[in-house]
Amino acid sequence: MPEPKQPEKLIDDKGIRIDGRRLDQLRPIKLEVGILDKADGSAYIEQGKNKILVGVYGPREAHPKHIALPDRAVLRCRYRMAPFSVDERKNPAPSRREMELSKVIRESLESVVLTDLYPRTTIDVFIEVLQSDGGSRCAGITAASLALADAGIPMRELVAACAVGKIQGHMVLDLSDAEDKYGEADLPVAWVPNANLVTLLQMDGILTTNEFEKGLTMALDACKTIHGMQQEALKKKYLVIKEVAEEREETEVVA
Amino acid sequence: MVIVAEPKQVVAPGELLAEGEHVLGDNSFKVGTRIYSACIGILEVDGNRVTVVPLKGGYFPRVGDLVGGRIVDVGLSGWTVDIRAPYEAMLPASETPGPRGPRRRDLSESFDVGDMVLSQVLAFDRTRDPLLTVKGPGLGKISTGRVVEISAAKIPRLIGRKGSMISMLKRETGCQITVGQNGVVMVWGKSPENERVAVEAIYMVEREAHTRGLTDRIREMIAKSNVVGEVARTQTA
Repeated sequence: MPEPKQPEKLIDDKGIRIDGRRLDQLRPIKLEVGILDKADGSAYIEQGKNKILVGVYGPREAHPKHIALPDRAVLRCRYRMAPFSVDERKNPAPSRREMELSKVIRESLESVVLTDLYPRTTIDVFIEVLQSDGGSRCAGITAASLALADAGIPMRELVAACAVGKIQGHMVLDLSDAEDKYGEADLPVAWVPNANLVTLLQMDGILTTNEFEKGLTMALDACKTIHGMQQEALKKKYLVIKEVAEEREETEVVA
Repeated sequence: MVIVAEPKQVVAPGELLAEGEHVLGDNSFKVGTRIYSACIGILEVDGNRVTVVPLKGGYFPRVGDLVGGRIVDVGLSGWTVDIRAPYEAMLPASETPGPRGPRRRDLSESFDVGDMVLSQVLAFDRTRDPLLTVKGPGLGKISTGRVVEISAAKIPRLIGRKGSMISMLKRETGCQITVGQNGVVMVWGKSPENERVAVEAIYMVEREAHTRGLTDRIREMIAKSNVVGEVARTQTA
């Protein structure tokens, strides 16, 4: 499949983007937890055309043993893109970019996980990008924090992440792949709501101070929305079981 | 002193539970005067104490716990046991019943790799791996019955308030049930059918631990399966 051509205009005269969104509109997000049987915790996210699966294992024994820390758990994180996740086949060997993203995602999660409860162990997070459409590091963080919570690992709160960027001089929310490639700047942000901590902040391109501030406000607002969706998705797994079980009981009583 | 979240409801990590002078229970933490949940679970409020009963999570050893484990290695002076914790447990030969002193015989004659043992945690802290013992009534190799492995987070529900759930299960299915704190549950029944029903009931507790009226629903499920429990047996006798 050939590389998609650069669209003439990323934003039309009415202020609508190529995928039909307004400037401050998120892509549709679908979140699910507990979809892997073998993993201790798992989550799946679809954000636009992004499809990302996250598996969490642990706390478990640290192997190799020398990586274990005497006072807390080691959080290990691997972000990986499937060879079929992009237009042109991606070499399955870990790339420089994947290693960097693994590191920044780990750091953004480390600040919320209560690692000191499990000394000498590891918690492993595997983020597998099945289909990529821009903003996958943010979607990865959103899903990874859900998967950690689904594993029952004690944590301060869920981390939500979202990117903002600049295209044709406008600050826009949640860049898609084309907007990221042909836009002027990209600013991924991960946010921990209660503690009011920004745990990931990267920037690609050039923004003025005003643009940056506007973008950050937009990103934090979006993180708030995503955070609500995360809590809902996490609880839904248990509320569905509860509803079905209690309903069954009621019908049995009637019968 | 205000309870913000609804007691007995599912709470997510980071959810505000209460504000003011409360006592911190498990799986909660305090920032200033606010108490937040640290994991996905059910909020329990007991007087002044705010606790989150987790819905998921692994086993973390505590001294005195009864645990079921699988032998993974036989050494010269003891065994390595997988007790489904983040740490490898050691069962030293000196903690098995029998004569003390150096042993001449091979340790695998007592327990071999793959054997299930019921044991107790003798010692454990943050700096040391758990140490087990099989000295005690009922402890040792498990060679009969059925072993069910469920999430350790659901064990408190399987036991129930003052043992209400587990005693009901034993009574209604006519099975003898031993519950390991690490999620390993052993079932001995008078017939395979009784064991099957007991195992099914245990899985049901695991799946529906956070629902209301669970004890009644399980009693009904067992009644429908037509196995003869203890009550019925004494009646026929």
